[in-house]
Amino acid sequence: MKILIVGLNHNTAAVEVREKLAFSGPMLESGLREIHALPEVHEAVILSTCNRVELYTCVSDEEAASGAIMDFIARFHGIERGLLDSSLYFHTGASAVRHAFRVAASLDSMVVGEAQILGQIKDAFELSLERKTTGVFLNKLIKKSISVAKRVRTETRIAENAVNISSVAVDLAKKIFKELTGRSVLLLGAGDMAELAARHLISNGVRDITVANRTYSAGCQLAEGMNGRAVKFEEFIDEMTGADIVICSTGAPEYVLTHKQMKGVMKARKQKPVFLIDISVPRNIDPEINHLENVYLYDVDDLQGVADAGLEERRKEADKGEAIVSEEIETFIRWQSSLDAKPTIIALRKHAEEIKHQEISRLNGKLEGLTSEQKNAVEQLATSIVNKLVHPPTAALKEDAEDKDELIAMIKRLYGLD
Amino acid sequence: MIVYPFELALTFYFAAVIFGVVEIVRHSRITERLMLASVALGFINHTVSIVYRYVEAGHLPITSPHEAASFFAWAIVLLFFLMEFRYKIGLLGAFIMPLVFSLMFASSLLSRDIKPLHPTLQSYWLGIHTLFAFMGNAAFALACVTGIMYLVQEHYLKSKHLGDLFERLPDIQTLDYLNYRLISIGFPALILAIITGSLWANSAWGSYWRWDPREVLALITMFIYAIILHARLLAGWRGRRAALLSILGFTFILIAFFGIKLLQKGMHIFS
Repeated sequence: MKILIVGLNHNTAAVEVREKLAFSGPMLESGLREIHALPEVHEAVILSTCNRVELYTCVSDEEAASGAIMDFIARFHGIERGLLDSSLYFHTGASAVRHAFRVAASLDSMVVGEAQILGQIKDAFELSLERKTTGVFLNKLIKKSISVAKRVRTETRIAENAVNISSVAVDLAKKIFKELTGRSVLLLGAGDMAELAARHLISNGVRDITVANRTYSAGCQLAEGMNGRAVKFEEFIDEMTGADIVICSTGAPEYVLTHKQMKGVMKARKQKPVFLIDISVPRNIDPEINHLENVYLYDVDDLQGVADAGLEERRKEADKGEAIVSEEIETFIRWQSSLDAKPTIIALRKHAEEIKHQEISRLNGKLEGLTSEQKNAVEQLATSIVNKLVHPPTAALKEDAEDKDELIAMIKRLYGLD
Repeated sequence: MIVYPFELALTFYFAAVIFGVVEIVRHSRITERLMLASVALGFINHTVSIVYRYVEAGHLPITSPHEAASFFAWAIVLLFFLMEFRYKIGLLGAFIMPLVFSLMFASSLLSRDIKPLHPTLQSYWLGIHTLFAFMGNAAFALACVTGIMYLVQEHYLKSKHLGDLFERLPDIQTLDYLNYRLISIGFPALILAIITGSLWANSAWGSYWRWDPREVLALITMFIYAIILHARLLAGWRGRRAALLSILGFTFILIAFFGIKLLQKGMHIFS
């Protein structure tokens, strides 16, 4: 029994291809049912996310199964098979194990270290368990992938650095203020980016939101959506006296906040620290303001710079993650090869013989009075009991059955053969 | 068995400085624990050495320059542990230990002779007065260190090049708060030290204030910290300015502390 992974991701296929091949919603269930029904496929799990579509399968003949799976994909999504050639990748054996581990550990992700993939794998696995499309092999592979992913997450700092500007802004805010709970945010302008950053801050505990927009009604609408209040744009300078974090994206062609104005604001604030985020291009806040004491001004490039550095850090940590993956592949391969029938038969026989010898030697004292003929008869009795008990499982192991791997695993468990 | 608790303390503090530097440059859970363990072991030995000397001298061992420097370091470590217990700022130890070790090292170079205390000074005032004085100085020392940490963290935020150290240092608001809190503990302690000192002087020599150099320096220190507190509360001198002032204030204390002990002769020099 072999593991075969057929799939495509953000590196091998453009988004137009990925969305055509995605198994979304009800398609996932029917797809899973159909692929599991293929005679070449014994076990199947489908992982379908924005950035990847992967079919995890367990097959006897990789060649035949690859072809059958490609046909299935083309048929299911109603596209020509030729279109798949350039975007699909195939992994078998150790390479399949490595791929599964790397995907789960988010080493193969577009944003290395992102956490969603693990949840997506768990969901895909759960559905397959429910629909009974998995067995010993994929169960073990996916459970192991999940535990490897957790190990990578705890032993490396792959997920620690913020890599998008909204989370960079939140991280910075946490280094300026003791806690974000109870902080007040002032939005200058109602741009999408500003809203996104504000929502990120809200999910980190910020409650007090004020929106100052040139078009008052649009400001009101945005404020309503975030449980905040709207003020007239002209009043923003006064509002800044009480705000801890100011997010600016007005789309104005010039500086909306000048150095002189900010100096006045700081005086009114009694020098209370303030975090200014200018995500407008061209910039709306005079960069000179960063030189004022207790003012921390970051523009888009600054935030992006921090995010890029964070991604760079994650890539460095990813190397440590790769090392962990390599280590874990070995243990998995060892388990896999232990599922071979022959060593199991030998182990089973050996186990039975050992029991026989133990029991006979235990009896030795009590058999003193017997003739050697009688002793032989006792020994033969033991041998024939052992043989009769061991025969059916041995015969079953020798048969060429579909569920042989399961059988091997089961016998090992029943007899304690590890 | 002969034990040298003072030397052991000095050695452990030195180890803590090294682990602290490693911790700052390249963080790991092990160096953090090793550093705290070294400080703790150093502190235990340090305490033993002070008790030992107390028994030997028959009074609180804070009268000779050697004893005073050692006791100063001891008070700082004690306050550090109290802060660590309350706020859990791991890196604080890495920043404070060079100062502690320097004080201990200076102490180790000074004469360790025990000279009998003048009979007029043998009173409970010795304990009370010096307790306040060292508590105040230890608070100012930690305020200085939180000020340094504030400046480092502020530098990261302003320069926009954030490193690994940035991740591990606390937020600047906490650092600024601790700086303020420590000064507001140290200031009343200093005032109480001055008051108890003058009461003691009166009972020993019959006069409250004699413009002894140490008294003058204490007065100047008090004015410096009064200005720091005043500027913060009324003029909004917080953050960077408060941090710089607290570093300046403590530098003055250090100069005064060693200057008076080593160069000057006055009634605060007992030997």
